[in-house]
Amino acid sequence: MSKSLTWRSTIALLAILVAVVYLVPSITGEVPAWWSNILPKDKIRLGLDLQGGMHLVLEVQAAKAIENHLERVVDEMKGDLRKEKVRYVTLKRKGLDGITITLMRLKDETVFRDMVSAGYPDFNVESMPEQKGRPVFQLVLDPKAKIQIMKMAVEQALETIRNRIDQFGVSEPDIRPQEDNRLLIQLPGIKDSKRAIALIGKTALLEFKLVDEENSVQEALKGNLPPGDEILYQVSVDRETGHERKTPFLLKKRTALTGEYLTDARVQIDSRYNEPYVSISFDARGARLFEQVTGQNIKKRLAIVLDGKVNSAPVIQDKIAGGKAQITGRYTTDEARDLAIVLRAGALPAPVKIIEERTVGPSLGKDSIEKGFKSMLIGGIIVILFMAIYYGLSGFIADLALLLNILFIMAGLAFFSATLTLPGIAGIILTIGMSVDANVLIFERIREEVRLGKTPRTAIESGYAKALVTILDAQLTTLIVALVLFQFGTGPVRGFAVTLSIGIVASLFTAIFLTRIVFDYLYVKRNVKRLSI
Amino acid sequence: MQFIKPGININFIGKRNIAFVLSGLMILATIVLLLWRGGPNYGVDFSGGVLVQVKMAQKTSPAEIKKALRVVNLDDSIVQEFGEAGQFEYLIRIRKTEVELATIGERVEQSLKTAFGNSVEIRRVEMVGPKVGKDLRQKALFAIFYSILFIAIYISGRFELKWLMSIIMAICLAFVVYITSGFGVSVTWLIIIALIVTLTLCLFLNLKYALGAIIAIIHDVVITMGFFALTERELSLSIIAAFLTIVGYSLNDTIIVFDRIRENLRRFRRKPFEETMNQSINETLSRTILTSGTTLIVIIALFVLGGGVIHDFAFALLVGVIVGTYSSIFVASPILLIWEGRFGKKAQKKA
Repeated sequence: MSKSLTWRSTIALLAILVAVVYLVPSITGEVPAWWSNILPKDKIRLGLDLQGGMHLVLEVQAAKAIENHLERVVDEMKGDLRKEKVRYVTLKRKGLDGITITLMRLKDETVFRDMVSAGYPDFNVESMPEQKGRPVFQLVLDPKAKIQIMKMAVEQALETIRNRIDQFGVSEPDIRPQEDNRLLIQLPGIKDSKRAIALIGKTALLEFKLVDEENSVQEALKGNLPPGDEILYQVSVDRETGHERKTPFLLKKRTALTGEYLTDARVQIDSRYNEPYVSISFDARGARLFEQVTGQNIKKRLAIVLDGKVNSAPVIQDKIAGGKAQITGRYTTDEARDLAIVLRAGALPAPVKIIEERTVGPSLGKDSIEKGFKSMLIGGIIVILFMAIYYGLSGFIADLALLLNILFIMAGLAFFSATLTLPGIAGIILTIGMSVDANVLIFERIREEVRLGKTPRTAIESGYAKALVTILDAQLTTLIVALVLFQFGTGPVRGFAVTLSIGIVASLFTAIFLTRIVFDYLYVKRNVKRLSI
Repeated sequence: MQFIKPGININFIGKRNIAFVLSGLMILATIVLLLWRGGPNYGVDFSGGVLVQVKMAQKTSPAEIKKALRVVNLDDSIVQEFGEAGQFEYLIRIRKTEVELATIGERVEQSLKTAFGNSVEIRRVEMVGPKVGKDLRQKALFAIFYSILFIAIYISGRFELKWLMSIIMAICLAFVVYITSGFGVSVTWLIIIALIVTLTLCLFLNLKYALGAIIAIIHDVVITMGFFALTERELSLSIIAAFLTIVGYSLNDTIIVFDRIRENLRRFRRKPFEETMNQSINETLSRTILTSGTTLIVIIALFVLGGGVIHDFAFALLVGVIVGTYSSIFVASPILLIWEGRFGKKAQKKA
């Protein structure tokens, strides 16, 4: 008996020691280097609801990615057709399914089909009824390729956003893909949520388009839009009144140059007006294109379009070589800095939409921790006092188990590097109430056995034995619920499930195993005659 | 120290009819209340919309805040005082789903700052798009459903050693759910159908303990929902977590009584079932009261001191623990008795 007691005590002490070791990094904050080399250094992480921060779910508009892809293919195909000397009447995107094309001559069909199967393997050519003797085809995008495009769009969006956030500077951001083309983004400790949203949600598609100087905007606004043109607006917001002013621009639809050739974007200060602007540099190919466009259109206006809005439309004074340009606007320093970040990180492959946002200010998080711990402390003290009064010495033993239980829950959180949330604290508080349950069950059984006239030693033995089955049954069902919660819950609810699960397992250990050691020591080894229960 | 004297014998089972009437009335009241309100009061998590928690520098009436929101056309939102008095905190709920939700938080902040100065602090913003709200609702319902299913399997297997039966039940249930979901039934109805199927299966497969426990669980959750509706609280994700905790707690209580009943049934084979059951409830009474007591102590601490964000969560637990304790004594066990009287061995002998 005493031999097994030594063993059990050793296990218990070891468990407590391990728990303490796991907790040290969370308590001290920083651990010395020798410690982190050999001992655990993971801390209990605080959820966004406790430390403040931002939780975002974005939906990548993957349909738009397919649209973009089809548009690109249309452009590419136009070039290829020219090369092959195949003449066409119309060539355009048809919804999200594919492309329709009407050829000029019947005899071009074989050349066209060969071209598609060689250069565009993702498309199936389907013949449609002829129109006025001209062959019509539909190029249907393969469903597998479609899925691939959407997947790529989500992956690319994730990478781009990660890049932007890294450059913005957030400690320990968590960015991960979710089902249905969604991205989950968690930014702990972020203070300016507005700015973060603007930074993350911006598509940042930069385009350079020539202004159509031959036709009038007013005419176009009345509905006489010249072919190959489009109307885009410049939106300026008055900083004092908050009023928006929209100026229409008549632009050539064809994009002269896009932001994909960008190599760098930096904030610079205009020395004349002391206003920040973003200077951008192109790679070799972009620089050549830029030189070409500017050289051919001197004294014309070139509009810089960002996400479909005209940023500015300066007059080209001279051919610009060297691949440098400036984006000006009435930016604040922060705005200019963020614009430089998104331009450097690149455009999103498709626009994103914020479909869920949860922001908790840092002060509220602090309040929540304080209040949570205060209620834990007060509730815990009352329960501890109550148990000691109700069960005497045995109550103290149960209290010891309770305190160790909390220690183990905390260590468990550090071990799994789980996140402590506000509902998680509630879970710990709940476990305080429920973990005494196991001891109550055992003590009530022991009392019953004592009433039957048994000695303390046998009463304890049969009390534990009889209560054990019931305790296991009861705790296992709660564990089932906790696991289901973990599986289906999100965010804070998960935190609750985690603490509850760890609490259940820990309370089984403390309430059954640890208390038994103390009881055996007192009533078997020391042979105390009077049972205080 | 003892609250409950040993050898106490209160006739709980004899008062079952009173309990049934009481429980029936409460459940009926809940249903009427929910129908009258047109369903549960979903928070932004489930209905979609925006919730903003603001802290003002001085006392402000909700009407004043609403007036300030008129500038940005959000004066139809619900503004409530929140948290402790003297903190000047308010909750603004915006139910609009047709407008661009992502910028609402910003607009609220701007309009309040123009009206009340820069000391306005936005403490929390929760924006849930309508699609996400629907997803979350489904997830929550499935969580409730699966926990009940697993519990039913566990209890039947564990208590009556009918693992095979419980697995058959699980397969049947999964099948029914699969078929009905094929017809595009809404999740709410799916859960109701699943519950009815579970109960019927329990009945036909003679899984009486599972039947009692599950009815007790439904009873507890429904009544807690009733109290929620009565006090005009909103259902959110964390409240669902609270409901599931209630499920776990109520079950915990029920199982402990059931364990004693099984034990005593083996010990006193000749005693009438009713007497054994009553004796078992009395024997576990001390434990029931003690555990509920300690659990209630900590929940009350959380309810009073935990702050606004956790207040409703603590309220749900508070009601749930009280109702759960009551149901394990007055609902779960009497259902066993009724089952035994109708379908059990004794009834069959008489026939």
